[in-house]
Amino acid sequence: MAEFNFALVDWSRAQFALTALYHWIFVPLTLGLSFIIAFMHTIYYKTGDVKWKNMTKFWMKLFGINFAIGVATGIILEFQFGTNWSNYSWFVGDIFGAPLAIEGILAFFIESTFIAVMFFGWERVSKRFHMLSSWFVAFGSNLSALWILVANAWMQNPVGMKFNPDTARNEMVNFFEIALSSTAIHKFLHTVSEAYVIGALFVIAISSWYLLRKRHLEFAKRSILIASIFGLLSSGFVVLTGDGSAYYVAQTQPMKLAAMEGLYDGETNADLVAVGIITGKDNDKKVIGIKIPSMLSWLANKDVNAFVPGINDIVDGNEEHGILSTEARMQKGKISINALADYIKAKRENNSELAVEKLVEFESNYEHFGYGYFENKEEVIPNVPLTFYSFHIMVSLGLFFIVLFLWVLVVSLKGKLENKKLLLKISVWSILLGYIASMLGWVVAEVGRQPWTIQDILPVTVATSNLGVGTVQTTFFIFLALFTVLLIAEIKIMFTQIKVGPEEGGKNV
Amino acid sequence: MFNNLSYLTLQQYWWIIISVLASLLVFMMFVQGGQTLVWQLAKNQKERSILINSIGRKWDLTFTTLVTFGGAFFASFPLFYSTSFGGAYWVWMLILFSFIIQAVSYEYRTKANNLLGTKTYDIFLIINGVLATVLIGTAVGTFFTGSEFSVDRINITNISDSAISRWKTPTHGLEAAFNITSLSLGLAIFFLARVLGLLYFINNIDNDGLVKRASKQLKICSIPFLVFFLLFVGLVLTKDGFAVNPVTKEVFMESFKYFHNLIEMPIVLILFLIGVVGVFYGIFLGAFKISGKGIWFAGLGTVLTVFSIFLLAGFNNTAFYPSIFDLQSSLTIENSSSSKYTLTVMSYVSLLVPFVIAYIWYTWRMLSARKVSEADIANDPMKY
Ligand code: HDD
Ligand code: HEM
Ligand code: HEM
Repeated sequence: MAEFNFALVDWSRAQFALTALYHWIFVPLTLGLSFIIAFMHTIYYKTGDVKWKNMTKFWMKLFGINFAIGVATGIILEFQFGTNWSNYSWFVGDIFGAPLAIEGILAFFIESTFIAVMFFGWERVSKRFHMLSSWFVAFGSNLSALWILVANAWMQNPVGMKFNPDTARNEMVNFFEIALSSTAIHKFLHTVSEAYVIGALFVIAISSWYLLRKRHLEFAKRSILIASIFGLLSSGFVVLTGDGSAYYVAQTQPMKLAAMEGLYDGETNADLVAVGIITGKDNDKKVIGIKIPSMLSWLANKDVNAFVPGINDIVDGNEEHGILSTEARMQKGKISINALADYIKAKRENNSELAVEKLVEFESNYEHFGYGYFENKEEVIPNVPLTFYSFHIMVSLGLFFIVLFLWVLVVSLKGKLENKKLLLKISVWSILLGYIASMLGWVVAEVGRQPWTIQDILPVTVATSNLGVGTVQTTFFIFLALFTVLLIAEIKIMFTQIKVGPEEGGKNV
Repeated sequence: MFNNLSYLTLQQYWWIIISVLASLLVFMMFVQGGQTLVWQLAKNQKERSILINSIGRKWDLTFTTLVTFGGAFFASFPLFYSTSFGGAYWVWMLILFSFIIQAVSYEYRTKANNLLGTKTYDIFLIINGVLATVLIGTAVGTFFTGSEFSVDRINITNISDSAISRWKTPTHGLEAAFNITSLSLGLAIFFLARVLGLLYFINNIDNDGLVKRASKQLKICSIPFLVFFLLFVGLVLTKDGFAVNPVTKEVFMESFKYFHNLIEMPIVLILFLIGVVGVFYGIFLGAFKISGKGIWFAGLGTVLTVFSIFLLAGFNNTAFYPSIFDLQSSLTIENSSSSKYTLTVMSYVSLLVPFVIAYIWYTWRMLSARKVSEADIANDPMKY
C-alpha cells in the first residue's frame, strides 16, 4: 500500500511541476511586457507620433500570442488543486481557496476585459480610455500575480490559521496576517520584478536582433532605450528582494536554506558560497569553492555571529542550539495524529471526557503533526544538489543582468549601439538566460521545500487525491504532449511575427 | 456588515453567489455554442471569419467566468472542490483539456506558421463547444442524481492511506454520461448554448445572409433544446430527492423532493417560470422577428433558470452533492462549507462583484457599438 501511494505522489508532483513550469514560461513575459506596452502607449497618447503607435501595436501583438497560451496553461493549475491534491484542498482549503477566488474576482476579470479593449479598441473607444486600458491590463496581470503568490507564500510559511479538530482541517483566523505576511510580500516583489527583467530582456533581445540585421533601426533603438532603463531598475530590485526572500527562508524554512547553500553541518559565522560544488559521499558531503566569510550568518540572521543550522543538525538534532531531532519530532507527530483519531472517535461515541483529554494531547503536539507521517528521518531532506546549483545559477545570472542592462544603457545613450556586434549578440541570447534564471528560481522554492506541501504540517504524500497511478500517469503524458505541441506552435508564430517586423504595427500574415 | 450574520446565513449567501456564477457561466457558454455553429452557418471562408471574430471577442470572458466559478467554489465549499474534482477526475479533466485547446485557437488560427493549420484550430473550437457544454451540464446533473463516493474525515489520521474523499467507480465521473437525467441536462445545455450562440450572432453581426441563416437554424436548434430541457425538468421533479433532516443532519430519500422544494420556495418557482418564459420569448424574437434583442431576453432567462435550478439543489434542507454509495457522505451547504471566518472575509470581497459586472458591461457596450462585418475585420490588425 505504501509503495502504491509513493508512485502516485510522484506522478502527481511531476504533473504539477510540468504544468506549473509550462505556465511559468509565459507568465513573466505577460507581467513585464504589459508595463512596457503601457509606457509606449502613453508616449503615443501624449505625442500622437505614429511611430510609437506602431511600436505599441507590434509589442501588443507579441503579447497576445504569449497571453493566449499563458491562459491555456493557467486553468489547469487552478483546478489541479482539486483534481490531484484533493486531500490538500480539504485540509487547507479554508485558507488556500480564498486567494484563488479573490484572484479570479479581482484580477482575471480586469485582465480579460481590458485586454479586449486594448486589442480591439483602436477605432472603437476614445484614445484616452484606450491608453488607460493598457494600464489596466498591466495592473490586472500584476494583481493576479499578487494573489497566487500570497497563496504560495502561505504554503511555505503557514500563518494566520488554526487547526479545527471537529472539521479535521486548518481554518483561517486572520486574513491580513496571510495576505501581508513578510514571506508573501517578498515573494511577490521578487517575482514581479524578476518578470520585469524578463520583459526588458525580451524587448532588448528582439531589438538587438533587428540591429544586427540592420532592420528597423529607429524602432529598435527606441525600444532598447525604454527596456534597458526599465530592466536596470528592475534587476536592482530583484537582488534586493531576493536577499529579503532568503532572509525569510532562513527564518521559516531552515532546511531549504541549508539545501540552497549546501550546508551539511551548521556553523556560527557561516560562510556564503559564491561559487562552489558539492563533493564527498554519504555522511561526509560538503561544498568546496569560493566563500564569503560570515556572510551567510549575516544574511540569515542579520548577525555575523549567528548559528546557521545545517542539514545534519536538523535531521539529528542539536541540543546546544535547541534543535529537536527529526526522529523526536516524528514521535511527537505520531502522538498528535493518534490523539486526533481518538478524539474524533470519542466525539462520535459521545464520550466527552475522553475527547477533552485527547484534544489536549493532540494540541500540545500539533506543531509536530506533519512529521508523524514520515517513516524514516531522511524523508525530510530535499534534493540538495538540485536546490544548491539552481540557487547559485539564479543568483549569478541576477548579477549578470545588472551588468548587461547597464552596459546596454550606456552604449545606447552614447548612440553607438549599432556597431557593438558582441554586445548585441549577447543581448539576443540573454533572453534565454532570463528564462533559465526564472525557472530555476521556482525549482529552488519548490524543490527546496520538499517533502512538505505545507511547511511542517502536510507532507506531499498525504496531500494527493485517491486516484490510481495509471490515471495520473495518463494525464501527465497528455499534458506533456499537448503543452509541448502548443509551445512549438507559439514559438513558430512568435518568430514569424518578429521576422515580419514592426512596420504598421505588425501586419497580419 | 457580514460580521453579525449567522453561520447558516453566510453559507446560504455563498450558495447564492455560486448559483449566480454558475448561471452567468451557462449564459456565457453562448461562445461554446457559437463555436459549434461556425461551419454550419458559414458558406465560405469570409463568413467563417466574421462568425469567429464575433464570438472571439468574448471567449476570454467565458473562460474567466469558469475560472472564477472554480475559485469561488473552492473558497466557499472546499469539500465539494476536493470530492468532486478529485473524484470525477476524468469529467473535469476532459472539460479542462477542451478549454486548453480553445484558449489558443482564436489567437493562433490565422497566424502564419502556426504549426497545426487553421483547420485544426477550428476543430479544437468545435471540440470545446461540444465537450464543455455537454460535460458541464452532465456534471451539474449529478447534483440531482448523486454519485458514488464516501467522505470520512478520520481518514486523515490513517498514515498510509489518508484520503478523506474516495470515489468508488473506476470510471471517475464518466459514469454520469450513462444516467438519463444527468445526460439530458448535458444535452439541454448543449442545445441551449447553440440557441444563445445564434441569438448572439443575430445581435452582433452585420451580414444579412448570415443573420437569416442563423434565424432559421434557431428554429431547428430550439426543438432538441426543448425536448431535453423538459425531459430533465420532468425527471427531476418526479424523482426521489436527497433530503436532510434539519435537526439530526441525517440524509434520507424523500419522494418528489425537488417538486416539494419548488412549491415550498415560491420565490424560486417564480424565478424559474420567469426564466423559462424569458428564454422562450428570446427564441421567439430571434426566430420569428429576427430581432437582436432576443439574446438579452434569452440570456436573462437562462440566468434566472439556472439560478433557480441551483437553489433547488442546495436549499430547503437538500444535499446538493449526494452520494448514492453512502447517503451520509452526501455534501450539504452546511457540512461542506468553509469556516465562518473565511465566509465572512469572502463576503466582503463579494461586494466587488457588482462593480466587476458594471465595468464588464460598460466595455462590452462600447466594443459592440459597431457590429462585426466583413469590412470591419478586413481593417483590423488584431483579427482572429
Ligand atoms: C530572472 C529571474 C530571477 C533572478 C535573476 C533572481 N531570481 Fe530569485 N527567484 C525567481 C527569479 C529570479 C523567481 C522565479 O521569481 C522565484 C521562484 C519563487 C519565487 O518566489 O520567486 C525566485 C526565488 C528566490 C528565492 C526562494 C524564495 C522561496 O523559497 O520562497 C530566493 C532566496 C531568491 N530567489 C533569491 C535571489 C537572489 C538573492 C537573487 C540575486 C541576484 C535572485 N534571486 C535572482
Ligand atoms: C508558476 C510557478 C511555479 C512553479 C514553476 C512551480 C514549480 C513546482 C515544482 C518544480 C514542483 C515539484 C517539486 C518536486 O516535485 O520536487 C511543484 C510542486 C508543487 N507546487 Fe509549485 N510552482 C509554482 C507555483 C506554485 C504556486 C503559486 C503554488 C500554490 C499556490 C504551488 C503549489 C505547488 C504544489 C501544491 C505542488 C505539489 C506538491 C509538491 O510536490 O510540493 N506552486 N511546483
Ligand atoms: C500554481 C498556481 C497558479 C494557478 C492556480 C494559476 C492559475 C491561472 C489561471 C486559471 C489563469 C488563466 C486566467 C484567465 O482566465 O484569464 C492564469 C493566468 C495567469 N497567471 Fe497563473 N496560476 C498560477 C501560478 C501563477 C503565478 C505564480 C503567477 C505570477 C506570479 C501567475 C500569474 C498569471 C498571469 C499574469 C496570468 C495571465 C495570463 C498569462 O499567463 O499570460 N500565475 N493563471
